[in-house]
Amino acid sequence: MMLSMEWLSEFIDVSETDIKSYCDRMTATGSKVEGWETLGEDITNVKLVKITKIEKHPDADRLLVCQVDTGSGSLQIVTAATNVFEGAYVPAAIAPCDLPGGVKIKPTKMRGVPSDGMFCSIEELNLTLHDQPGAAEDGILILTDEEIAGHVLGDDIRDVLALRDSVVEFEITPNRPDCLSVIGLARETGASYEKVPVYHTPKVKGSGGDISDYLTVSIEAPDLCPRYTARVVRNVKIAPSPMWLRRRLRACGVRPINNIVDITNYVMLEYGQPMHAFDYTCLDGAGIVVRRASEGEKFISLDNKDHTLRSDMLVIADRTKPVALAGIMGGANSEILDSTSTVVFESANFNGASVRITSKALGMRTESSGRFEKGLDAECTLPAVERACELVEMLGAGEVVDGITDVYPGKRAQTVLPLEPARYNAFLGVDISREFMVKTLVSLGFGVEGDTIKVPSWRADVACMNDIAEEIIRIYGYNEIQSTAFTAGVRPGSFTPAGQYKNRLAGLLTNRGFDETCTFSFISPRFYDRIGLPADSPLRSSIVIRNPLGEDTSVMRTIILPSVLEALERNNNYHSEPAVALFETANVYSSAADGSVDEHIETALAFYGCGDFYSLKGTFEAVFADAGIKGVCYTAVRDNPTYHPGRCAKATVNRKDGETLLAVFGELHPEIAAEYGFDDTRVYAGTLKTDMVLDLASFWRLYTPLPKYPAVTRDFAFVCDDTIESAAICEAITKAAGKLVENVSLFDVYKGAQIPEGKVSLAYKVTLRAADRTLTDEEAEKASAKIMKALDALGAQLRS
Amino acid sequence: MKEMLEKIRAAAAEQLEAVTGEGELEALRVKFLGKKGELTAVLRGMGALSAEERPVIGALANEVRTFIEEKIAARSERLKSEAVSKRLEAERIDVTMPGKDIKVGSRHPLAKVELEMCDIFRSMGFDIVEGPEVETDYYNFTALNTPENHPARDVQDTFYITDTLLLRSQTSTVQVHVMENREPPIRIVSPGRVYRSDAVDATHSPMFHQLEGLVIDEDITMGDLKGILEIFSRRMFGDKTRVRFRPHHFPFTEPSAELDVSCFVCGGKGCRVCKGEGWIEILGCGMVHPNVLGMSGIDPEKYSGFAFGMGVERIAMLTLGIDDMRLLFENDTRFLEQF
Repeated sequence: MMLSMEWLSEFIDVSETDIKSYCDRMTATGSKVEGWETLGEDITNVKLVKITKIEKHPDADRLLVCQVDTGSGSLQIVTAATNVFEGAYVPAAIAPCDLPGGVKIKPTKMRGVPSDGMFCSIEELNLTLHDQPGAAEDGILILTDEEIAGHVLGDDIRDVLALRDSVVEFEITPNRPDCLSVIGLARETGASYEKVPVYHTPKVKGSGGDISDYLTVSIEAPDLCPRYTARVVRNVKIAPSPMWLRRRLRACGVRPINNIVDITNYVMLEYGQPMHAFDYTCLDGAGIVVRRASEGEKFISLDNKDHTLRSDMLVIADRTKPVALAGIMGGANSEILDSTSTVVFESANFNGASVRITSKALGMRTESSGRFEKGLDAECTLPAVERACELVEMLGAGEVVDGITDVYPGKRAQTVLPLEPARYNAFLGVDISREFMVKTLVSLGFGVEGDTIKVPSWRADVACMNDIAEEIIRIYGYNEIQSTAFTAGVRPGSFTPAGQYKNRLAGLLTNRGFDETCTFSFISPRFYDRIGLPADSPLRSSIVIRNPLGEDTSVMRTIILPSVLEALERNNNYHSEPAVALFETANVYSSAADGSVDEHIETALAFYGCGDFYSLKGTFEAVFADAGIKGVCYTAVRDNPTYHPGRCAKATVNRKDGETLLAVFGELHPEIAAEYGFDDTRVYAGTLKTDMVLDLASFWRLYTPLPKYPAVTRDFAFVCDDTIESAAICEAITKAAGKLVENVSLFDVYKGAQIPEGKVSLAYKVTLRAADRTLTDEEAEKASAKIMKALDALGAQLRS
Repeated sequence: MKEMLEKIRAAAAEQLEAVTGEGELEALRVKFLGKKGELTAVLRGMGALSAEERPVIGALANEVRTFIEEKIAARSERLKSEAVSKRLEAERIDVTMPGKDIKVGSRHPLAKVELEMCDIFRSMGFDIVEGPEVETDYYNFTALNTPENHPARDVQDTFYITDTLLLRSQTSTVQVHVMENREPPIRIVSPGRVYRSDAVDATHSPMFHQLEGLVIDEDITMGDLKGILEIFSRRMFGDKTRVRFRPHHFPFTEPSAELDVSCFVCGGKGCRVCKGEGWIEILGCGMVHPNVLGMSGIDPEKYSGFAFGMGVERIAMLTLGIDDMRLLFENDTRFLEQF
């Protein structure tokens, strides 16, 4: 909402405060100021002058040399304009001076003849034909006698043309449509400055006749139209509005059109009540019906667009056709034209939700619909239509027919609340006097009688104690409230286990060199193709967004890996980073059987250039060790299309209810790696079922006594088929040596010279220890013999 | 004999001085002090001496032996220290060459800022809770006092999955879950992802993060709201931070406010970061609307409370000096590793 301070001054005088302090004060009391502008500031030293003599330029056919009277002397101005004449009153920019757009005028010579300045066109004063109707479009602005009335030569043109004003732009919250008006803001200004605004009661003289001879109104949909008020004006003379009115509209950002249209806009800005004026002679019959449209009914709006209406949309219609979409826009069939002679001024109240639904459905958002949908005050329609008619008479725009049509089926009961000063003070944590509270409420238009508050009709947003408390405290000052710390008992704050674990996991992964990413939760379905998911993969059944921004953010991801791989790809492509390791922990989304949505926490990680399969596996092992999960089984996965069939594993644990999957990881399938732009680089990736890990995790650690007796170590190097999995050998050794085994570790793997094709040499270090004694040589030898026997059974031969 | 002893002493002193290694030193020890050494040879001739001379020469011989032994020991000590110095000198390195980097990854800047905010509130006894991102319109709007066709539903354009299922457009949804499931006193903050239908640009993203806070107890006042958020602001933005509350409107709080903090870059004088205002808008807050309490089963006559919500991206960008929101979601390691 743009507010002209000149217009505001008609209601309340705040001239003693500068504009900056005014804006700060209004922001502090709840009418947030977005910015302000001083109009006319960019025009200096442009004066009203009279051309006294015009001569041809001695050396230029197209130039005229003019002598002008500035009131305090005479000057010479050379011009190329053709519409000047002796005796004309014009604006002259007298050098040195400034014009809008940063133009600077200096004394100059034109073809050898000195010129002390420049005559101004409307464009040079930043005006348009709408602001200054009748002005020459490409010539000097010649001022009419009417326009210069009351001014003398040498007067500042900003005063002559009423170009001085300050405009404040307010950001009005949707609960306060009453503040989208000069009167509403005058009321707020009054409360903020402890002043009483002077409100104006419109008076209409009338010109005889009887409206009932012109118009009858019936409301067939009172639920959507609580009130419909109208007056008729005859013998209309369409003409430009006077300058003062045009300037006020312009300051508020509204383009002047003609007197009747300007009046409707003026009243809307002043009262906050949208008005509609339409040509009476276009009505078929005298009866106006406010009704729901029939399904599929056609309507052409003022902006010449065709619409097909639905039966939940409200129209203003005559006997045969809609003439307006209620509260949104008039019809082309009843537009005010220069030939219009009889006008109906409609000032009505419509249901906000209905206007909102219709305007959304038809894609028509207008100033009027934007106001109605916030819910307007039905009490306002009458003063608004009276003000419009008063202006008609003031402007001589027509004759107002006596009588008002006012159908009001939806009168609302006044909201009444108790005045509870002690409660407000306790709630706000302040000690404000009852006197201040009452004074504030009254200045905002509330009625206070004893312990009862009557809420004004324009404040539908006020309905409970909190609302009254807010009215008081915003005027008293939020910043006057003493800060306190509540005195609840001491208690620790904690994360949820999931929140805590996410941070713990992030710490572990960053320590191992992974950078954390943050990618969008919604992805393109093509992401599933990129990681090679089969067509029937359950991971493809994503939750679909009905109104996505685009295809690439259209489904909720069921897996995070492709997003992290894309980040990996981007780092490789954009700046050829030699090594990148990334991870992300976030939710994945899937449909539950009952139609609700399951959200699970998952971690994806991926890297290239800084490790191999076993460092990847080491990371997962570290994660499980950190979470205290024992007995994790790693099994080869040969059929996951994302991964290399010979270099992929899953990590599982066995629980009572079966096998639980904790992770799948491996080297990316070369085709998938190529899809992400890695033709010769091996990429390693994996997915951790983070909430499963958390489910099984135990972070409680019990002390294990340090060993008191020495350990015996034995190394075994043997040759076996290279298809035998290390895990099987390890298990055989552990089983064979029984409870003396403390640790079995693989320390060498060799293939090549001296080892037959299809075989591999493996070397294990076995640590044996007893908790209660030093092992004897015999015990160690016995265990070694068992180990060798077990290996032999696996087909592994000891290397000599 | 006396002369011979003095000669040995002089010869030993001279030769020991010229020694350059432990081997030579040992050879000299044998030469002078060994069983077949020069001194032993002299002492063997002692028998031929008179009774008067014998103690005198004996004493002198012992003196010479002690002299040589000490000389050898000293020389040995010097040789060792010279060898150490030589090795250390040989091992000299250029300490101005760059250090070796052991790569440690970085947490995402948003995660870091979110964690910092959570830690401040945790230190004041707030629990950190999470809530679902896919929500029903009841939790996102209705239960937050924003009924159907309320203009506020327009302000934040929401992603819908079905007529009633949507991606939450604010973390305020968690307030409702918490009120439904916990008894007062309630003191929580809830960070998380939220979604609005805004195209990606330097200051917008269809997915971003918020941190929501809620306090409910008997006798909670607006002064308490100010107090807690003042403490938060000073911990987050520095001890000298001043705060300013401005009236505002949210459907789920009444009274509602926006909180500005004095610019932590210029201290309030006005600069590029605060756009010359001296103040930076940080969060929205207010006293929980009685309708919201009532709908979630909390008696508004008995309890009151306050709520607040802030954008993690906004605070991260302001405090880390990031000028384009897209950087936060592009995951360029050159960016990520700066934090």
